[in-house]
Amino acid sequence: MKELMKGNEAIAEAAIRGGCRAFFGYPITPQNEIPEYMSWRLFEVGGTFVQAESEVASINMIYGACGAGARAMTSSSSPGISLMQEGISYICCAEIPCVLVNMVRGGPGLGGIQPAQGDYFQATKGGGHGDYHMIVFGPQGVQECVDLMYNAFDLAEKYRIPVMMLGDGMLGQIMEPVELPPMKDVSKLEKKAWATDGTGVGKNRRIVNSLLIEPDKLEAHIKHLEEKYAEIAKNETLYEEYMTDDAEIVLTAYGTVARIGKSAVHMLREKGIKAGLLRPITLYPFPSDAFLKTAQKDSVKKFVCMELSSGQMIEDVKLATHMLKPVEFFGRNGGNVMTPEDIVDFITKEA
Amino acid sequence: MAVVFQKTKMLTDTPFHYCPGCTHGIAHRLVAECLEELGAEGKCVGVAPVGCAVFAYNYFNCDMQEASHGRAPAVATGIKRVAPENLVFAYQGDGDLASIGMAEIVHAAMRGEKITVIFINNTIYGMTGGQMAPTTLIGEKATTCIYGRDPEKNGNPVKMCEMLATLTGPAYIERVALFDAAHVRAAKKAIKKAFTYQKENKGFTFIEVLSSCPTNWGMAPEQAIQFVKNEMQAFYPLGVYKDTEVKD
Repeated sequence: MKELMKGNEAIAEAAIRGGCRAFFGYPITPQNEIPEYMSWRLFEVGGTFVQAESEVASINMIYGACGAGARAMTSSSSPGISLMQEGISYICCAEIPCVLVNMVRGGPGLGGIQPAQGDYFQATKGGGHGDYHMIVFGPQGVQECVDLMYNAFDLAEKYRIPVMMLGDGMLGQIMEPVELPPMKDVSKLEKKAWATDGTGVGKNRRIVNSLLIEPDKLEAHIKHLEEKYAEIAKNETLYEEYMTDDAEIVLTAYGTVARIGKSAVHMLREKGIKAGLLRPITLYPFPSDAFLKTAQKDSVKKFVCMELSSGQMIEDVKLATHMLKPVEFFGRNGGNVMTPEDIVDFITKEA
Repeated sequence: MAVVFQKTKMLTDTPFHYCPGCTHGIAHRLVAECLEELGAEGKCVGVAPVGCAVFAYNYFNCDMQEASHGRAPAVATGIKRVAPENLVFAYQGDGDLASIGMAEIVHAAMRGEKITVIFINNTIYGMTGGQMAPTTLIGEKATTCIYGRDPEKNGNPVKMCEMLATLTGPAYIERVALFDAAHVRAAKKAIKKAFTYQKENKGFTFIEVLSSCPTNWGMAPEQAIQFVKNEMQAFYPLGVYKDTEVKD
Protein backbone atom coordinates (compact mmCIF):
# COMPACT_ATOMS: atom_id res chain seq x y z
CA MET A 1 0.00 0.00 0.00
CA LYS A 2 1.30 3.41 -0.91
CA GLU A 3 1.63 6.18 1.64
CA LEU A 4 1.86 9.90 1.05
CA MET A 5 5.18 11.03 2.52
CA LYS A 6 7.44 14.03 2.51
CA GLY A 7 10.84 13.34 0.91
CA ASN A 8 12.84 13.92 4.08
CA GLU A 9 10.61 11.69 6.23
CA ALA A 10 10.51 8.95 3.60
CA ILE A 11 14.32 8.95 3.47
CA ALA A 12 14.48 8.64 7.25
CA GLU A 13 12.00 5.76 7.39
CA ALA A 14 13.70 3.96 4.48
CA ALA A 15 17.04 4.29 6.27
CA ILE A 16 15.60 2.67 9.40
CA ARG A 17 14.03 -0.12 7.37
CA GLY A 18 17.41 -0.56 5.69
CA GLY A 19 19.03 -1.13 9.08
CA CYS A 20 20.02 2.33 10.33
CA ARG A 21 20.17 2.30 14.15
CA ALA A 22 21.96 5.54 14.96
CA PHE A 23 21.72 9.13 13.79
CA PHE A 24 24.02 12.03 14.63
CA GLY A 25 23.18 15.43 13.19
CA TYR A 26 22.85 19.17 13.54
CA PRO A 27 19.90 21.31 12.44
CA ILE A 28 20.01 23.07 9.07
CA THR A 29 17.32 23.97 6.54
CA PRO A 30 16.04 22.30 4.33
CA GLN A 31 16.65 18.85 5.84
CA ASN A 32 15.37 19.25 9.42
CA GLU A 33 12.56 16.73 9.02
CA ILE A 34 15.18 13.97 8.83
CA PRO A 35 16.70 14.49 12.33
CA GLU A 36 13.27 15.37 13.72
CA TYR A 37 11.86 12.07 12.49
CA MET A 38 14.93 10.12 13.61
CA SER A 39 14.86 11.67 17.09
CA TRP A 40 11.76 9.66 18.08
CA ARG A 41 11.64 6.88 15.51
CA LEU A 42 15.09 5.42 16.25
CA PHE A 43 14.26 4.84 19.90
CA GLU A 44 11.20 2.80 18.82
CA VAL A 45 13.51 0.34 17.05
CA GLY A 46 16.18 0.16 19.78
CA GLY A 47 18.50 2.67 18.14
CA THR A 48 20.09 5.89 19.29
CA PHE A 49 19.99 9.56 18.32
CA VAL A 50 22.27 12.44 19.27
CA GLN A 51 21.74 16.06 18.34
CA ALA A 52 25.39 17.00 18.03
CA GLU A 53 26.94 20.38 18.80
CA SER A 54 27.97 20.86 15.15
CA GLU A 55 28.32 19.11 11.83
CA VAL A 56 32.00 18.68 12.67
CA ALA A 57 31.02 16.64 15.72
CA SER A 58 28.25 14.80 13.83
CA ILE A 59 30.55 13.36 11.20
CA ASN A 60 33.05 12.32 13.86
CA MET A 61 30.30 10.57 15.80
CA ILE A 62 29.55 8.73 12.55
CA TYR A 63 33.25 7.85 12.34
CA GLY A 64 33.10 6.37 15.85
CA ALA A 65 29.75 4.59 15.55
CA CYS A 66 30.27 3.14 12.07
CA GLY A 67 33.89 2.36 12.93
CA ALA A 68 32.47 0.31 15.79
CA GLY A 69 30.33 -1.58 13.26
CA ALA A 70 26.95 0.12 13.62
CA ARG A 71 24.71 1.29 10.82
CA ALA A 72 24.63 5.03 11.38
CA MET A 73 23.90 8.06 9.25
CA THR A 74 23.83 11.82 9.27
CA SER A 75 22.09 14.36 7.11
CA SER A 76 22.70 18.01 6.44
CA SER A 77 22.58 20.65 3.75
CA SER A 78 25.35 22.37 1.83
CA PRO A 79 27.09 24.60 4.44
CA GLY A 80 26.84 21.78 6.97
CA ILE A 81 28.25 19.27 4.52
CA SER A 82 31.17 21.62 3.92
CA LEU A 83 31.91 21.44 7.65
CA MET A 84 31.94 17.65 7.44
CA GLN A 85 34.53 17.42 4.68
CA GLU A 86 37.51 16.77 6.94
CA GLY A 87 35.64 13.94 8.63
CA ILE A 88 34.52 12.47 5.31
CA SER A 89 38.13 12.43 4.13
CA TYR A 90 39.17 10.52 7.27
CA ILE A 91 36.21 8.14 6.89
CA CYS A 92 37.13 7.39 3.27
CA CYS A 93 40.76 6.74 4.16
CA ALA A 94 39.82 4.54 7.13
CA GLU A 95 37.24 2.78 4.89
CA ILE A 96 34.31 3.22 7.25
CA PRO A 97 30.93 2.45 5.67
CA CYS A 98 28.24 5.02 6.43
CA VAL A 99 25.38 6.91 4.80
CA LEU A 100 25.21 10.67 4.38
CA VAL A 101 22.38 12.81 3.05
CA ASN A 102 22.92 16.25 1.52
CA MET A 103 19.71 18.14 0.76
CA VAL A 104 21.49 20.74 -1.32
CA ARG A 105 20.62 24.42 -0.99
CA GLY A 106 21.93 27.47 -2.81
CA GLY A 107 25.52 28.53 -2.25
CA PRO A 108 28.28 29.63 -2.03
CA GLY A 109 28.44 30.89 1.52
CA LEU A 110 25.26 30.95 3.53
CA GLY A 111 23.63 31.17 0.09
CA GLY A 112 19.93 30.46 0.28
CA ILE A 113 17.58 27.73 1.40
CA GLN A 114 15.99 26.93 -1.97
CA PRO A 115 16.87 23.92 -4.16
CA ALA A 116 20.25 23.88 -5.89
CA GLN A 117 22.82 21.49 -7.32
CA GLY A 118 25.97 23.46 -6.65
CA ASP A 119 27.51 20.72 -4.50
CA TYR A 120 28.05 18.32 -7.41
CA PHE A 121 31.81 18.91 -7.55
CA GLN A 122 32.14 18.60 -3.77
CA ALA A 123 30.17 15.35 -3.68
CA THR A 124 31.66 13.59 -6.69
CA LYS A 125 35.27 14.76 -6.75
CA GLY A 126 36.13 14.09 -3.11
CA GLY A 127 35.28 17.34 -1.35
CA GLY A 128 37.86 17.18 1.40
CA HIS A 129 41.62 16.79 1.21
CA GLY A 130 43.37 13.89 -0.48
CA ASP A 131 42.48 11.35 -3.15
CA TYR A 132 39.13 9.74 -2.47
CA HIS A 133 35.56 9.30 -3.64
CA MET A 134 32.21 8.25 -2.24
CA ILE A 135 29.30 6.56 -3.96
CA VAL A 136 26.89 9.40 -4.77
CA PHE A 137 23.24 8.98 -5.74
CA GLY A 138 21.13 11.68 -7.36
CA PRO A 139 17.56 10.47 -6.82
CA GLN A 140 14.79 12.07 -8.88
CA GLY A 141 11.84 11.54 -6.58
CA VAL A 142 10.65 10.34 -3.20
CA GLN A 143 10.19 6.70 -4.26
CA GLU A 144 13.68 6.56 -5.71
CA CYS A 145 15.03 8.09 -2.47
CA VAL A 146 13.36 5.26 -0.58
CA ASP A 147 14.59 2.54 -2.93
CA LEU A 148 18.19 3.77 -2.97
CA MET A 149 18.30 4.52 0.75
CA TYR A 150 16.89 1.09 1.64
CA ASN A 151 19.98 -0.64 0.22
CA ALA A 152 22.49 2.15 0.87
CA PHE A 153 23.90 0.53 4.02
CA ASP A 154 24.37 -2.83 2.27
CA LEU A 155 26.21 -1.07 -0.52
CA ALA A 156 28.33 1.01 1.87
CA GLU A 157 29.33 -2.09 3.82
CA LYS A 158 30.02 -4.16 0.71
CA TYR A 159 32.75 -1.73 -0.32
CA ARG A 160 33.51 -0.06 3.04
CA ILE A 161 32.75 3.38 1.64
CA PRO A 162 30.34 6.23 2.44
CA VAL A 163 27.21 6.47 0.33
CA MET A 164 25.85 9.98 -0.17
CA MET A 165 22.31 10.79 -1.21
CA LEU A 166 22.61 14.07 -3.09
CA GLY A 167 19.12 15.52 -3.05
CA ASP A 168 17.98 19.10 -3.06
CA GLY A 169 15.62 21.29 -1.09
CA MET A 170 12.74 20.41 -3.38
CA LEU A 171 13.19 16.66 -3.04
CA GLY A 172 13.25 16.94 0.75
CA GLN A 173 10.07 18.97 0.89
CA ILE A 174 7.78 17.47 -1.77
CA MET A 175 5.15 14.91 -0.79
CA GLU A 176 4.61 11.91 -3.02
CA PRO A 177 3.00 8.49 -2.67
CA VAL A 178 5.61 5.89 -1.81
CA GLU A 179 5.74 2.14 -1.32
CA LEU A 180 7.84 1.41 1.76
CA PRO A 181 9.88 -1.80 1.88
CA PRO A 182 9.78 -4.21 4.86
CA MET A 183 12.09 -3.82 7.87
CA LYS A 184 15.45 -5.57 7.45
CA ASP A 185 16.43 -7.83 10.34
CA VAL A 186 19.56 -6.15 11.69
CA SER A 187 20.25 -9.06 14.05
CA LYS A 188 21.01 -11.20 11.00
CA LEU A 189 23.65 -8.86 9.60
CA GLU A 190 27.12 -10.29 9.30
CA LYS A 191 29.59 -9.21 11.98
CA LYS A 192 32.30 -6.90 10.68
CA ALA A 193 35.69 -8.40 11.40
CA TRP A 194 37.44 -5.03 11.07
CA ALA A 195 35.11 -3.04 13.37
CA THR A 196 36.09 -1.92 16.89
CA ASP A 197 33.29 -3.69 18.75
CA GLY A 198 35.39 -3.84 21.91
CA THR A 199 36.26 -7.53 21.81
CA GLY A 200 39.66 -7.15 20.16
CA VAL A 201 42.74 -8.26 22.12
CA GLY A 202 46.31 -8.97 20.99
CA LYS A 203 46.60 -9.98 17.37
CA ASN A 204 42.84 -9.78 16.97
CA ARG A 205 42.50 -6.17 18.02
CA ARG A 206 41.12 -3.78 15.42
CA ILE A 207 42.43 -0.31 14.63
CA VAL A 208 40.29 2.18 12.74
CA ASN A 209 42.78 4.67 11.40
CA SER A 210 43.61 7.01 8.55
CA LEU A 211 47.26 7.68 9.45
CA LEU A 212 49.73 5.92 7.14
CA ILE A 213 52.91 7.78 7.83
CA GLU A 214 55.22 5.70 5.61
CA PRO A 215 54.99 6.92 1.98
CA ASP A 216 55.00 3.44 0.47
CA LYS A 217 52.19 2.29 2.74
CA LEU A 218 50.09 5.36 1.98
CA GLU A 219 50.68 4.98 -1.75
CA ALA A 220 49.71 1.31 -1.58
CA HIS A 221 46.56 2.20 0.33
CA ILE A 222 45.56 4.85 -2.22
CA LYS A 223 46.17 2.29 -4.96
CA HIS A 224 43.86 -0.08 -3.10
CA LEU A 225 41.20 2.65 -2.94
CA GLU A 226 41.56 3.28 -6.69
CA GLU A 227 41.00 -0.40 -7.39
CA LYS A 228 37.93 -0.31 -5.18
CA TYR A 229 36.49 2.66 -7.11
CA ALA A 230 37.10 0.81 -10.39
CA GLU A 231 35.24 -2.21 -9.02
CA ILE A 232 32.35 0.00 -7.90
CA ALA A 233 32.22 1.65 -11.34
CA LYS A 234 32.03 -1.78 -12.94
CA ASN A 235 29.29 -3.13 -10.67
CA GLU A 236 27.21 -0.28 -9.32
CA THR A 237 26.82 2.37 -12.02
CA LEU A 238 23.17 3.31 -12.53
CA TYR A 239 21.45 5.48 -15.12
CA GLU A 240 18.15 5.84 -16.92
CA GLU A 241 17.63 6.26 -20.67
CA TYR A 242 14.38 8.06 -21.40
CA MET A 243 13.19 8.09 -25.00
CA THR A 244 16.75 8.21 -26.25
CA ASP A 245 16.34 5.47 -28.91
CA ASP A 246 15.68 7.85 -31.79
CA ALA A 247 16.63 11.09 -30.02
CA GLU A 248 18.50 13.79 -31.87
CA ILE A 249 18.74 16.10 -28.89
CA VAL A 250 19.74 14.34 -25.69
CA LEU A 251 18.90 16.25 -22.56
CA THR A 252 20.84 15.25 -19.48
CA ALA A 253 20.18 16.07 -15.85
CA TYR A 254 20.07 14.41 -12.46
CA GLY A 255 17.71 14.58 -9.51
CA THR A 256 14.58 16.69 -9.64
CA VAL A 257 15.84 18.54 -12.74
CA ALA A 258 15.67 15.27 -14.67
CA ARG A 259 11.93 15.08 -14.00
CA ILE A 260 11.45 18.60 -15.34
CA GLY A 261 13.54 17.50 -18.30
CA LYS A 262 11.25 14.52 -18.95
CA SER A 263 8.25 16.86 -19.20
CA ALA A 264 10.28 18.96 -21.65
CA VAL A 265 11.05 15.86 -23.71
CA HIS A 266 7.31 15.29 -24.24
CA MET A 267 6.65 18.93 -25.07
CA LEU A 268 9.52 18.94 -27.57
CA ARG A 269 8.27 15.78 -29.25
CA GLU A 270 4.83 17.37 -29.61
CA LYS A 271 6.60 20.09 -31.57
CA GLY A 272 8.25 17.45 -33.76
CA ILE A 273 11.67 17.68 -32.13
CA LYS A 274 13.13 14.27 -31.34
CA ALA A 275 14.32 14.75 -27.80
CA GLY A 276 15.31 12.21 -25.15
CA LEU A 277 16.92 12.27 -21.74
CA LEU A 278 19.89 10.46 -20.24
CA ARG A 279 19.81 10.56 -16.47
CA PRO A 280 22.74 9.52 -14.24
CA ILE A 281 21.42 7.90 -11.06
CA THR A 282 24.91 7.34 -9.64
CA LEU A 283 26.77 10.63 -9.95
CA TYR A 284 29.85 8.81 -8.73
CA PRO A 285 30.57 6.46 -10.40
CA PHE A 286 29.46 8.52 -13.38
CA PRO A 287 27.81 6.46 -16.16
CA SER A 288 30.51 7.37 -18.68
CA ASP A 289 29.99 4.35 -20.94
CA ALA A 290 26.31 5.14 -21.43
CA PHE A 291 27.21 8.71 -22.40
CA LEU A 292 29.91 7.60 -24.83
CA LYS A 293 27.61 5.08 -26.49
CA THR A 294 24.93 7.72 -26.86
CA ALA A 295 27.40 10.22 -28.29
CA GLN A 296 28.55 7.64 -30.82
CA LYS A 297 25.04 7.22 -32.25
CA ASP A 298 24.66 8.87 -35.67
CA SER A 299 21.16 10.04 -34.75
CA VAL A 300 22.39 12.13 -31.83
CA LYS A 301 23.15 15.72 -32.81
CA LYS A 302 23.89 17.31 -29.46
CA PHE A 303 23.59 17.11 -25.69
CA VAL A 304 21.98 19.71 -23.47
CA CYS A 305 23.10 19.50 -19.84
CA MET A 306 20.69 21.05 -17.38
CA GLU A 307 21.65 21.85 -13.82
CA LEU A 308 20.72 24.08 -10.91
CA SER A 309 24.26 25.45 -10.90
CA SER A 310 26.68 27.33 -13.12
CA GLY A 311 27.57 24.02 -14.76
CA GLN A 312 29.32 21.25 -12.88
CA MET A 313 28.10 17.87 -14.15
CA ILE A 314 28.64 19.21 -17.67
CA GLU A 315 32.37 18.63 -17.18
CA ASP A 316 31.76 14.91 -16.67
CA VAL A 317 29.40 14.85 -19.65
CA LYS A 318 32.08 16.43 -21.85
CA LEU A 319 34.72 14.00 -20.61
CA ALA A 320 32.47 10.97 -20.99
CA THR A 321 31.28 11.85 -24.50
CA HIS A 322 34.83 12.69 -25.65
CA MET A 323 33.12 15.81 -27.06
CA LEU A 324 32.02 13.75 -30.06
CA LYS A 325 28.89 15.90 -30.15
CA PRO A 326 28.38 19.46 -28.88
CA VAL A 327 27.40 19.76 -25.21
CA GLU A 328 25.32 22.83 -24.42
CA PHE A 329 24.42 24.09 -20.99
CA PHE A 330 21.16 25.35 -19.59
CA GLY A 331 21.12 26.21 -15.91
CA ARG A 332 19.37 28.21 -13.25
CA ASN A 333 20.95 29.21 -10.00
CA GLY A 334 20.41 30.77 -6.61
CA GLY A 335 17.48 28.53 -5.72
CA ASN A 336 15.54 29.21 -8.92
CA VAL A 337 14.25 26.16 -10.75
CA MET A 338 13.65 26.00 -14.50
CA THR A 339 10.25 24.97 -15.88
CA PRO A 340 9.75 22.53 -18.75
CA GLU A 341 8.72 25.56 -20.85
CA ASP A 342 12.08 27.24 -20.11
CA ILE A 343 13.87 24.16 -21.43
CA VAL A 344 11.67 24.03 -24.53
CA ASP A 345 12.35 27.72 -25.16
CA PHE A 346 16.08 27.22 -24.77
CA ILE A 347 16.13 24.33 -27.23
CA THR A 348 13.80 25.80 -29.83
CA LYS A 349 15.76 29.08 -29.81
CA GLU A 350 18.98 27.16 -30.30
CA ALA A 351 17.46 25.03 -33.07
CA MET B 1 61.66 -18.18 39.55
CA ALA B 2 58.55 -16.43 40.78
CA VAL B 3 57.30 -13.47 38.75
CA VAL B 4 57.00 -10.51 41.12
CA PHE B 5 56.12 -7.88 38.55
CA GLN B 6 55.10 -7.82 34.92
CA LYS B 7 53.82 -5.27 32.45
CA THR B 8 50.05 -5.04 32.29
CA LYS B 9 48.52 -7.14 29.55
CA MET B 10 46.47 -4.14 28.44
CA LEU B 11 49.62 -2.70 26.86
CA THR B 12 51.08 -4.26 23.71
CA ASP B 13 54.80 -5.06 23.41
CA THR B 14 55.37 -2.14 21.01
CA PRO B 15 58.05 0.17 22.48
CA PHE B 16 56.83 3.71 23.23
CA HIS B 17 58.13 6.41 20.87
CA TYR B 18 58.04 9.11 23.56
CA CYS B 19 61.03 11.31 24.44
CA PRO B 20 63.07 10.63 27.59
CA GLY B 21 61.51 12.44 30.54
CA CYS B 22 58.05 12.66 28.95
CA THR B 23 55.32 11.23 31.18
CA HIS B 24 52.99 9.98 28.41
CA GLY B 25 54.44 6.50 28.98
CA ILE B 26 53.51 6.52 32.67
CA ALA B 27 50.01 7.80 31.86
CA HIS B 28 49.55 5.03 29.26
CA ARG B 29 50.60 2.42 31.76
CA LEU B 30 48.25 3.71 34.45
CA VAL B 31 45.28 3.69 32.06
CA ALA B 32 46.15 0.17 30.90
CA GLU B 33 46.60 -1.13 34.46
CA CYS B 34 43.21 0.27 35.47
CA LEU B 35 41.52 -1.33 32.45
CA GLU B 36 43.07 -4.67 33.35
CA GLU B 37 42.13 -4.42 37.02
CA LEU B 38 38.53 -3.59 36.08
CA GLY B 39 38.33 -6.66 33.84
CA ALA B 40 37.94 -4.61 30.66
CA GLU B 41 40.06 -6.89 28.48
CA GLY B 42 37.98 -7.57 25.37
CA LYS B 43 35.38 -5.08 26.57
CA CYS B 44 36.81 -1.66 25.78
CA VAL B 45 37.60 0.72 22.96
CA GLY B 46 40.10 3.58 23.07
CA VAL B 47 40.34 6.71 20.96
CA ALA B 48 43.74 8.19 20.11
CA PRO B 49 44.19 11.92 19.41
CA VAL B 50 46.30 13.97 17.02
CA GLY B 51 49.46 15.06 18.79
CA CYS B 52 52.27 13.19 20.51
CA ALA B 53 49.91 10.39 21.51
CA VAL B 54 48.76 9.87 17.92
CA PHE B 55 50.30 6.38 17.93
CA ALA B 56 48.51 5.39 21.15
CA TYR B 57 46.59 2.89 19.03
CA ASN B 58 49.82 0.90 18.76
CA TYR B 59 50.23 0.71 22.54
CA PHE B 60 46.86 -0.13 24.10
CA ASN B 61 45.96 -3.78 23.80
CA CYS B 62 42.34 -3.21 22.82
CA ASP B 63 40.29 -2.06 19.85
CA MET B 64 41.29 1.50 19.00
CA GLN B 65 40.17 4.32 16.75
CA GLU B 66 42.37 7.21 15.63
CA ALA B 67 40.38 10.45 15.64
CA SER B 68 40.97 13.65 13.71
CA HIS B 69 42.41 16.62 15.61
CA GLY B 70 40.24 17.50 18.61
CA ARG B 71 37.35 15.20 17.78
CA ALA B 72 38.11 12.27 20.08
CA PRO B 73 35.13 12.99 22.40
CA ALA B 74 32.76 12.97 19.38
CA VAL B 75 34.29 9.74 18.08
CA ALA B 76 34.05 8.23 21.58
CA THR B 77 30.41 9.36 21.77
CA GLY B 78 29.65 7.43 18.58
CA ILE B 79 31.45 4.33 19.83
CA LYS B 80 29.78 4.36 23.25
CA ARG B 81 26.27 5.10 22.02
CA VAL B 82 26.16 2.07 19.73
CA ALA B 83 27.81 -0.33 22.22
CA PRO B 84 27.21 0.98 25.76
CA GLU B 85 28.49 -2.26 27.31
CA ASN B 86 32.09 -1.31 26.46
CA LEU B 87 34.36 0.95 28.50
CA VAL B 88 35.27 3.76 26.12
CA PHE B 89 38.11 6.22 26.66
CA ALA B 90 39.60 9.13 24.76
CA TYR B 91 43.23 10.07 25.35
CA GLN B 92 44.00 13.67 24.36
CA GLY B 93 46.63 16.36 24.72
CA ASP B 94 46.08 20.04 25.50
CA GLY B 95 46.16 21.41 21.95
CA ASP B 96 43.84 18.66 20.80
CA LEU B 97 41.38 18.93 23.69
CA ALA B 98 41.49 22.55 24.87
CA SER B 99 42.05 24.35 21.57
CA ILE B 100 40.76 22.77 18.37
CA GLY B 101 38.59 20.29 20.25
CA MET B 102 37.08 22.66 22.82
CA ALA B 103 33.55 22.31 21.45
CA GLU B 104 33.65 18.51 21.41
CA ILE B 105 34.97 18.13 24.97
CA VAL B 106 32.54 20.66 26.44
CA HIS B 107 29.52 19.14 24.70
CA ALA B 108 30.46 15.55 25.47
CA ALA B 109 30.72 16.66 29.13
CA MET B 110 27.45 18.61 28.94
CA ARG B 111 25.57 15.65 27.52
CA GLY B 112 27.06 13.48 30.22
CA GLU B 113 28.39 10.94 27.74
CA LYS B 114 29.43 7.86 29.65
CA ILE B 115 33.03 7.95 28.50
CA THR B 116 36.35 8.60 30.26
CA VAL B 117 38.65 11.30 28.93
CA ILE B 118 42.33 11.29 29.89
CA PHE B 119 43.62 14.82 29.33
CA ILE B 120 47.41 15.18 29.14
CA ASN B 121 48.33 18.79 29.93
CA ASN B 122 51.98 19.61 29.23
CA THR B 123 51.33 23.26 28.33
CA ILE B 124 52.72 22.93 24.80
CA TYR B 125 52.20 21.52 21.29
CA GLY B 126 54.70 18.68 21.38
CA MET B 127 54.33 16.86 18.08
CA THR B 128 54.46 20.01 15.93
CA GLY B 129 57.55 21.34 17.67
CA GLY B 130 56.74 23.45 20.71
CA GLN B 131 54.14 26.04 19.75
CA MET B 132 52.03 27.82 22.37
CA ALA B 133 49.12 25.76 23.69
CA PRO B 134 45.87 27.00 25.25
CA THR B 135 47.38 25.82 28.55
CA THR B 136 50.80 27.52 28.19
CA LEU B 137 51.52 29.41 31.39
CA ILE B 138 51.90 33.19 31.47
CA GLY B 139 55.60 33.90 30.89
CA GLU B 140 56.30 30.41 29.54
CA LYS B 141 58.22 30.38 26.27
CA ALA B 142 57.06 28.61 23.13
CA THR B 143 58.01 28.84 19.45
CA THR B 144 55.02 31.09 18.77
CA CYS B 145 55.63 33.26 21.87
CA ILE B 146 59.42 33.34 22.05
CA TYR B 147 59.60 35.98 24.80
CA GLY B 148 57.12 34.12 26.98
CA ARG B 149 53.32 34.10 26.91
CA ASP B 150 52.01 37.63 27.27
CA PRO B 151 48.28 37.79 27.98
CA GLU B 152 47.98 41.05 26.05
CA LYS B 153 49.40 39.49 22.89
CA ASN B 154 48.74 35.78 23.36
CA GLY B 155 45.66 35.54 25.55
CA ASN B 156 45.29 33.62 28.78
CA PRO B 157 45.59 29.93 29.64
CA VAL B 158 42.52 27.80 30.33
CA LYS B 159 41.77 25.60 33.35
CA MET B 160 39.79 22.71 31.95
CA CYS B 161 38.86 20.90 35.18
CA GLU B 162 37.51 24.08 36.76
CA MET B 163 35.53 24.92 33.62
CA LEU B 164 34.01 21.46 33.08
CA ALA B 165 33.15 21.20 36.79
CA THR B 166 30.52 23.93 36.29
CA LEU B 167 28.51 21.53 34.09
CA THR B 168 25.81 19.08 35.17
CA GLY B 169 26.88 16.20 32.89
CA PRO B 170 30.21 15.19 34.46
CA ALA B 171 30.21 12.61 37.27
CA TYR B 172 33.89 12.80 38.14
CA ILE B 173 36.64 15.34 37.43
CA GLU B 174 40.10 15.29 38.98
CA ARG B 175 43.48 16.84 38.21
CA VAL B 176 46.52 14.70 38.97
CA ALA B 177 50.27 14.87 38.32
CA LEU B 178 53.11 12.41 37.75
CA PHE B 179 56.13 14.16 39.28
CA ASP B 180 56.83 11.58 42.01
CA ALA B 181 55.85 8.06 43.01
CA ALA B 182 53.19 9.15 45.48
CA HIS B 183 51.49 11.28 42.84
CA VAL B 184 51.73 8.49 40.27
CA ARG B 185 49.88 6.24 42.73
CA ALA B 186 47.27 8.94 43.34
CA ALA B 187 46.85 9.42 39.59
CA LYS B 188 46.17 5.73 39.14
CA LYS B 189 43.54 5.84 41.87
CA ALA B 190 41.83 8.76 40.10
CA ILE B 191 41.87 7.04 36.69
CA LYS B 192 40.48 3.86 38.21
CA LYS B 193 37.71 5.81 39.89
CA ALA B 194 36.82 7.47 36.59
CA PHE B 195 36.56 4.11 34.80
CA THR B 196 34.59 2.67 37.71
CA TYR B 197 32.10 5.53 37.48
CA GLN B 198 31.78 4.90 33.74
CA LYS B 199 31.19 1.23 34.39
CA GLU B 200 28.45 2.18 36.84
CA ASN B 201 26.84 4.49 34.24
CA LYS B 202 27.29 7.54 36.47
CA GLY B 203 28.17 9.97 33.67
CA PHE B 204 31.06 11.71 32.00
CA THR B 205 34.46 11.31 33.67
CA PHE B 206 37.56 13.42 33.15
CA ILE B 207 41.10 13.12 34.47
CA GLU B 208 43.59 15.90 33.74
CA VAL B 209 47.18 14.72 34.04
CA LEU B 210 49.90 17.37 34.44
CA SER B 211 52.67 16.06 32.24
CA SER B 212 56.19 17.05 31.17
CA CYS B 213 57.75 17.96 27.83
CA PRO B 214 61.51 18.29 28.35
CA THR B 215 62.20 18.33 24.59
CA ASN B 216 60.06 21.36 23.79
CA TRP B 217 60.56 23.08 27.13
CA GLY B 218 64.34 22.87 26.53
CA MET B 219 64.93 21.23 29.90
CA ALA B 220 66.63 18.15 31.25
CA PRO B 221 64.12 15.49 32.38
CA GLU B 222 64.69 16.16 36.10
CA GLN B 223 64.35 19.91 35.53
CA ALA B 224 61.11 19.29 33.62
CA ILE B 225 59.70 17.24 36.48
CA GLN B 226 60.49 20.13 38.83
CA PHE B 227 58.69 22.52 36.44
CA VAL B 228 55.54 20.42 36.69
CA LYS B 229 55.83 20.26 40.47
CA ASN B 230 56.53 23.95 41.03
CA GLU B 231 55.28 26.07 38.12
CA MET B 232 52.44 24.04 36.66
CA GLN B 233 50.98 22.86 39.94
CA ALA B 234 50.80 26.45 41.18
CA PHE B 235 48.52 27.47 38.32
CA TYR B 236 46.78 24.11 37.89
CA PRO B 237 46.02 22.93 41.45
CA LEU B 238 45.63 19.19 41.91
CA GLY B 239 42.45 17.77 43.36
CA VAL B 240 38.92 16.56 42.81
CA TYR B 241 36.78 19.18 41.04
CA LYS B 242 33.62 17.15 40.76
CA ASP B 243 32.38 13.94 42.32
CA THR B 244 28.65 13.29 42.13
CA GLU B 245 28.96 10.57 44.77
CA VAL B 246 30.15 12.98 47.44
CA LYS B 247 27.26 15.02 48.80
CA ASP B 248 28.10 18.36 50.41
